[in-house]
Amino acid sequence: MIEFQLDPSSGVATYLQLAQQVRQALRLGLLQVGDQLPTAREVVAKLAINPNTVLKAYRELEREGLVGSRPGQGTFLLRSLPGPDSVAVARFSRELSTWMRKARTAGFGPDDVEAIYRAAMRNCFSEGAA
Amino acid sequence: MTTAIETTRLGRRYGRRWALQECSLSLPAGHVIGLVGPNGAGKTTLLHLAVGLLAPSTGELSVLGAPPRAPGTRTKVAFVAQDKPLYPRFTVADTLRMGGWLNPGFDQARASAHLTGLGIPLHQRVGRLSGGEHAQVALALALGKRPELLLLDEPVANLDPLARREFMQVLMEEVAETGMSVVLSSHLIEDLQRACDYLVLMSRSRVQLSATTDDLLAVHQILTGPRSHAEAITSTHTVVQASYTDRQANLLIHASRPVIDPAFTVRPATLEELVLAYMSQPHTGTAPTLRPVGSATEA
Repeated sequence: MIEFQLDPSSGVATYLQLAQQVRQALRLGLLQVGDQLPTAREVVAKLAINPNTVLKAYRELEREGLVGSRPGQGTFLLRSLPGPDSVAVARFSRELSTWMRKARTAGFGPDDVEAIYRAAMRNCFSEGAA
Repeated sequence: MTTAIETTRLGRRYGRRWALQECSLSLPAGHVIGLVGPNGAGKTTLLHLAVGLLAPSTGELSVLGAPPRAPGTRTKVAFVAQDKPLYPRFTVADTLRMGGWLNPGFDQARASAHLTGLGIPLHQRVGRLSGGEHAQVALALALGKRPELLLLDEPVANLDPLARREFMQVLMEEVAETGMSVVLSSHLIEDLQRACDYLVLMSRSRVQLSATTDDLLAVHQILTGPRSHAEAITSTHTVVQASYTDRQANLLIHASRPVIDPAFTVRPATLEELVLAYMSQPHTGTAPTLRPVGSATEA
């Protein structure tokens, strides 16, 4: 069982924070297939948050196929989240390092690079989501 | 979807002064709805109209699909007023007994068990309770009605942080259990953020904004960048609040699509930031109802 925490200053919707924490716990092995998530009532009693928020987070995870609800029993984890493929991580990391060295040679500092990186990431991932 | 409260051009006037005007709202049932805005914005007036304590000067409203003063409506709606008036010389048990006499279907046993569970002695006189206990008795009295819609006017304004948290926990647990709709006014943005999944912003007797909190958070962003680039953004997005130095622009925008100008840093606005931004710009409003993300259009 995991216990949720909230970061009210993050600007991230509460349901997204809850869903993120479940995924994170899966990746870290804190949650495993078959484990039960706290019921909406339990989360609400602890955090004093809106129960719909908890249900919305669980629906989101259900849509991703990570959890399933058994009527009258609760919400359970159906599958694990594979950690990232280490070979792929190494490859992308190498490519990014090459790109960063080029940026530095061209006179860009860390802040410039970060601005470019963030804009590109936002651009790329919002395309996927839209 | 059924509506908890529906209003059409609702207005209420005291003499020459309008306490509420042109209020058109459709508040969905099954939500916890937060009413937020400066003092005098019309929040209390709207709540009093909804429970039938006031009659409208103009416009119409329905509560759970019927007029607020219809007998069938009254049994389904509970209201906790701002000062939580209770009889100080009554004991807690007397207070609950009175609730039973006045309200058909009042669940006195459950209310008693609930207050005992919170450690509030039933034989105590109400006038000798702490602020937090007094608030819990008022809440138990309202919940004993088993309402479909519960209205609360600044329920935690005078409570210490612990009592505030306990009050909101009891309220949220009840929502989890019964699925009742709640409308509450508050100045405490942290409580609104935790408890409410729908917000209505009011300002100067009018409704400025009405949307789910998730939609509000998803579409409002804070941008910082060069002033020379600001025009491109302000001409294509709705700007809620802008502040400029000679070279820099700080914008809080209602983004209808992602901002991709690399010269700007972008981060999501927190609920507090966006509520304060709208409150300080009382004439800005993105239409009566904000559309969900994806179908958002320019106001």
